[in-house]
Amino acid sequence: MTAMNTQKADEKVQGKVAAMRKAARAPQDGPGSQGTRSRLLALIVPVGLVVLLACLPLLNISIPGVLPGATYTPGTLHMLALAMVMAGVALSYHLLFGVAGLLSFGHALYFGLGAYGLGIVMEKLELGLVPAALVVIVAGLVMSTILGAVSLQVTGIPFAMVTLAFAQAGFVLVRKNPGGLTGGEEGMRLPTDYVPDWLVGVADTRNLYWVALAALVLAFVIVTWVQRSRAGHVAEAVRENELRVQVLGMRPFLVKLAIFVSASVIAAGMGMVHLLLNSGAVPHTMSAEFTISLLLMVVLGGVGSRWGAVAGAFVYVILSQRLAVLAQSSAIDDLPAVLAIPLSEPMFILGTIFILVVMFLPGGLAALGLRVRALFSRRARAELDEGTRTPGELVQEDGQQP
Amino acid sequence: MSEVILLAVTGAGLGAIYFLVASGLSLIYGLMGVLNFAHGVFLSLGAFLGLEVAQRLGASSWTGFAVSLLVGALAGAVFAALTERVLVQKLYNRHIEQVLVTVGLGLAAVALFDGIWGTDPRFPRGPAWLDETSTIGGANIPNIVFVAIIAAAAVLAAIVLFLKHTRYGMIIRAGVENRSMVTALGIDVRNAFTLVFTIGGAAAGIGGVLASHHFGYVSPMLGQTLLIFAFIVTVIGGLGSLIGAAVASVLVALLQQFANFYLWGTGDFAVVVLLALVLLTRPSGLMGRKA
Repeated sequence: MTAMNTQKADEKVQGKVAAMRKAARAPQDGPGSQGTRSRLLALIVPVGLVVLLACLPLLNISIPGVLPGATYTPGTLHMLALAMVMAGVALSYHLLFGVAGLLSFGHALYFGLGAYGLGIVMEKLELGLVPAALVVIVAGLVMSTILGAVSLQVTGIPFAMVTLAFAQAGFVLVRKNPGGLTGGEEGMRLPTDYVPDWLVGVADTRNLYWVALAALVLAFVIVTWVQRSRAGHVAEAVRENELRVQVLGMRPFLVKLAIFVSASVIAAGMGMVHLLLNSGAVPHTMSAEFTISLLLMVVLGGVGSRWGAVAGAFVYVILSQRLAVLAQSSAIDDLPAVLAIPLSEPMFILGTIFILVVMFLPGGLAALGLRVRALFSRRARAELDEGTRTPGELVQEDGQQP
Repeated sequence: MSEVILLAVTGAGLGAIYFLVASGLSLIYGLMGVLNFAHGVFLSLGAFLGLEVAQRLGASSWTGFAVSLLVGALAGAVFAALTERVLVQKLYNRHIEQVLVTVGLGLAAVALFDGIWGTDPRFPRGPAWLDETSTIGGANIPNIVFVAIIAAAAVLAAIVLFLKHTRYGMIIRAGVENRSMVTALGIDVRNAFTLVFTIGGAAAGIGGVLASHHFGYVSPMLGQTLLIFAFIVTVIGGLGSLIGAAVASVLVALLQQFANFYLWGTGDFAVVVLLALVLLTRPSGLMGRKA
């Protein structure tokens, strides 16, 4: 009896000491390193989420108003797969904008390169899906290295303009339909002869859904790895103070180029999945609006947060699809024109939400999550007090004002 | 020979329209460091309202045309002033957020125009003389080109006179040069910001009405399409330099016209190549200050 009691008391004391140690350590350590339990939790939550997402096509779950139908139906799976593809591209944009502070307006170029490139390579070189994908990845590497090297001659706003100009050249090229390759305004159809049967057709939406999920997980892993690599850390340092990094003897240009190229290649990869998912490519995937929608997702989710980028993409895709359905409903039609016209334009609503988030919710959805948690936990409140970062703080400004 | 003259004069006309958009962009960037993604929608709004007014007053009359220009300028100016006061100014000194807000406004406004005027292009009619051509050196040049060139020259002259000879012009010029110094002297630059937006919006509105006649259509995307060339023009000319924007507008438009005609429709690519060349050799643009 007594032995057990002392043992219990010992455990209690040890527990207390551990808790005190933890409490003493917590303020110094950043979030994410609060002991093994939370580290385990940080692993379990994403893995559980992926498993859940992977099981969705086999389940019958309906969320009225959010999903167009039960989770096993092709319509819902297609929408979710699209959201996952967009989340993957948004993650690559996070690498550019959130990590390296590079505000690009031409990221769509590489996404479009993936989509169009894969189709063209399969059809013209008569290659199978996998070899064609490798060719496109190499093409994306080469192109982003060259264009990135030119664009990175300037920083800040001029960089945004230059990337925009390059993407616009691609957009014009695709719409001109050179040599009948891209199908012009109409877009290009997926050459199904070179794609495995299990990836073609509405009945196989489930398989495409899993491909999209795998691509998203892969993108997340690569982005995490790049961000935590030496280059990622230097890129963050360059974002804060380029001159200091230079003084330390490192080459900011090369680091920024490395981030630019990896983000572009991931975007090209997601573009290829998009081609398969939509059985074709349209010029819109290369347009400035597409890049702007990526920017929207990242800012909506919270700049600088990987989960924010993913959440922002899901919210964006689901909102834009559901708002489009809402726009055609009779409830909207019956309203007076003053209300009916704005409400029937999904982009109007999304644009307005975006403006409101930028003005009143710095840190986006990620900060909103933190705010909700702050109501219950002191730690989250402390994190919030440190200040959620605004996009501007994450971007290297021109330094035109001393 | 007549071919070259035709391309040169129509190129100058296109350059005039680019300049009307780029002048505001360049001034706004120069003073505030804001890349205004909503500048194109000022243009579109000017074009649409100009079109509506001209239709009410009789599209083929000169009065209708003159009033549509005036309405376009006013619409652009008011929209721009409101944008600055309601959205941009609230994010004082947060440049990236200011840019993001204009991005959002651009999206929302284009969608709203879609809802009001429809996505299909609309075709403005003007006085019959605008559609006719005049002959210069054997080339038949549409008269609208001359109107565009004259309007752009007038706007350029007006802005230069305003900047050189008024108190506010002086504040703006000083602000472009060194904003913190102007603020330190106790001058409130915020009114100057609003003014710059208003002037830029008015120029874009005039540009919108002229562009609708020049291209023969108006659509909600017209402004955003022209905006991209205006961006290129501003970078090539040197950010913040008005004269640079004027020179680069004509240069870019001429290159585009000639490349489209002689190099198998590659005008847009030639422009991007020019941009890349300028950036590699002179990152601050033709007339920009050294960074």
